[in-house]
Amino acid sequence: MKKRKSTRTDFSGLWFIAPSLAGVSIFVLFPFADVIRRSFMGAMNSQFVGFSNYLTVFSNEAFRLAAKNTLRFMGICMPLLIGLSLLIALVLFSRMQQAGFFKTTFLIPMAVPVASVVLLWRVLFHRNGLLSAWIVSIGGQGSDWMNSPWAFWILVMSYLWKNLGYDIILWLAGLVGISPAIFEAARVDGAGTFQIFWKITLPNLLPSLYTITVLSFLNSFKVFREAYLVAGDYPHTSMYLLQHLFNNWFRDLSMDKLSAAAVLIALVIFGLILLLRRAWEEKE
Amino acid sequence: MMKKYFPLFLPAALSLAVWLPVLFLAGGSLMGTAELTKNLSPVLNETYGYASWDLLPHFPTLRPYVRLLLDQPQFFVMFWNSVKLTGAILIGQIIFGVPAAWGFAQFDFPGKKYLFTVYIVLMLMPFQVTMVSSYLVLDQFSLLDTHWGIILPAVFSTFPVFIIYRFFRGVPCAVIESAQLDGAGKWQVFFHIGIPLGMPGIMSAIVLGFLEYWNMIEQPLTFLRDKTLWPLSLYLPDIAADKAGLALAASVVTLAPAILVFLYGQSYLEQGIIAASVKE
Repeated sequence: MKKRKSTRTDFSGLWFIAPSLAGVSIFVLFPFADVIRRSFMGAMNSQFVGFSNYLTVFSNEAFRLAAKNTLRFMGICMPLLIGLSLLIALVLFSRMQQAGFFKTTFLIPMAVPVASVVLLWRVLFHRNGLLSAWIVSIGGQGSDWMNSPWAFWILVMSYLWKNLGYDIILWLAGLVGISPAIFEAARVDGAGTFQIFWKITLPNLLPSLYTITVLSFLNSFKVFREAYLVAGDYPHTSMYLLQHLFNNWFRDLSMDKLSAAAVLIALVIFGLILLLRRAWEEKE
Repeated sequence: MMKKYFPLFLPAALSLAVWLPVLFLAGGSLMGTAELTKNLSPVLNETYGYASWDLLPHFPTLRPYVRLLLDQPQFFVMFWNSVKLTGAILIGQIIFGVPAAWGFAQFDFPGKKYLFTVYIVLMLMPFQVTMVSSYLVLDQFSLLDTHWGIILPAVFSTFPVFIIYRFFRGVPCAVIESAQLDGAGKWQVFFHIGIPLGMPGIMSAIVLGFLEYWNMIEQPLTFLRDKTLWPLSLYLPDIAADKAGLALAASVVTLAPAILVFLYGQSYLEQGIIAASVKE
């Protein structure tokens, strides 16, 4: 979007923002400040305990398992999603006549509420379900998929399913933003398809890559919805994520641990956002 | 010919993964109990053998929908809960978010940059980060276990502010300046120029918001203990064999509003996704 010059220094802008800011302060900013304070206090006596809540969190076995799974999940599904969506976006970009149908198709999962596919999931992944039936018919062995290490991969698949369209739209926006003149010039100079891809398309897509990475990361937290509705509070250990842990601590009202963990996650995400802004500014 | 369509093989294969589940739900919801039992008995009753599926029902019937309508009052309570929650949240987001977006887009005052950064950071925080703080504030105001406890924090989500802001930035200065020369006040400019020209942005925020809140799971699960207040997104169908048809019909009814909004608003959805990502 274009830069504007003549926004006026004018405090009356605050009148437009004030109602929203008041709500944001009451519902998020002040209570979160309180959470930071609580993360340094004992659960029972409200005494200052320094970093001991943080130490408890780090040494907690469930936290380690959940953090490990969450990192593994993100480490696997984000490159898969980003790569696959780029591949499809490139195909669609070269065939704009057919792109519309596929864009619609891949965006549909974004609209599909998790609750409406729970049943399908059970029919697919049950021990006697459709997946087992198919595997047996080609000579394999059926399995109770959701209660096996496969549960993790099913979660990865459902993340891809849900977010593919979103990322394709973002990649396409990045591709459309590259000036056709550059491609034209390269082709005139005799560059091949792969040369053009490595030397022109990819470097020009770098800013998109940063954004897409961050948005994919943040959307990956929402995979809890699928995980929860399908497998409940205590799923197979391979897909026990930080989100489950938060839920379970919340049910036990372990406010001390929860506060510390919330602050930790907020710090990690805040750090990522700063990194991203830095990357953006360097690109300028 | 082959060469021309070959690259489309991958997207075409993947789109099966989208269309088959939709067909599964739609077809299944029109099957009679006998047909469903025959297909799904190995899963639902743990009998021997494997489930099977026909994409189209052999004996289509609307009975599951009729039964859903007549025998499942709690389903409709949840449906209306969803309508109420989603509607109230979206209306609130527009009332508070649109002026805020205009304020950020059109005015310059000291500290604006920092304040806007705070908004962006908040928009990017997942639910789990603000879970405890929301609990504390809802507890303070005795809003736990009420619909307002879900609606109010969502109304002050900063995401719609950011989306609408992006569109307001695109309103040309010249239009605003000429209106001001004609003697229009700040609020007149906002209502008569800002809102009409920013309408696509507002629509984008509404479409994205609808899809998000119609599928809301974390907030009601955490803050509503009374199940009569739960929205449809938490409806976990009881899938005993004789109720599978009901469950499928319920899934379709849950899906339908989201698909309608999607089909109507797809271009807004795409604009919104892009707006949320493009850096300034």
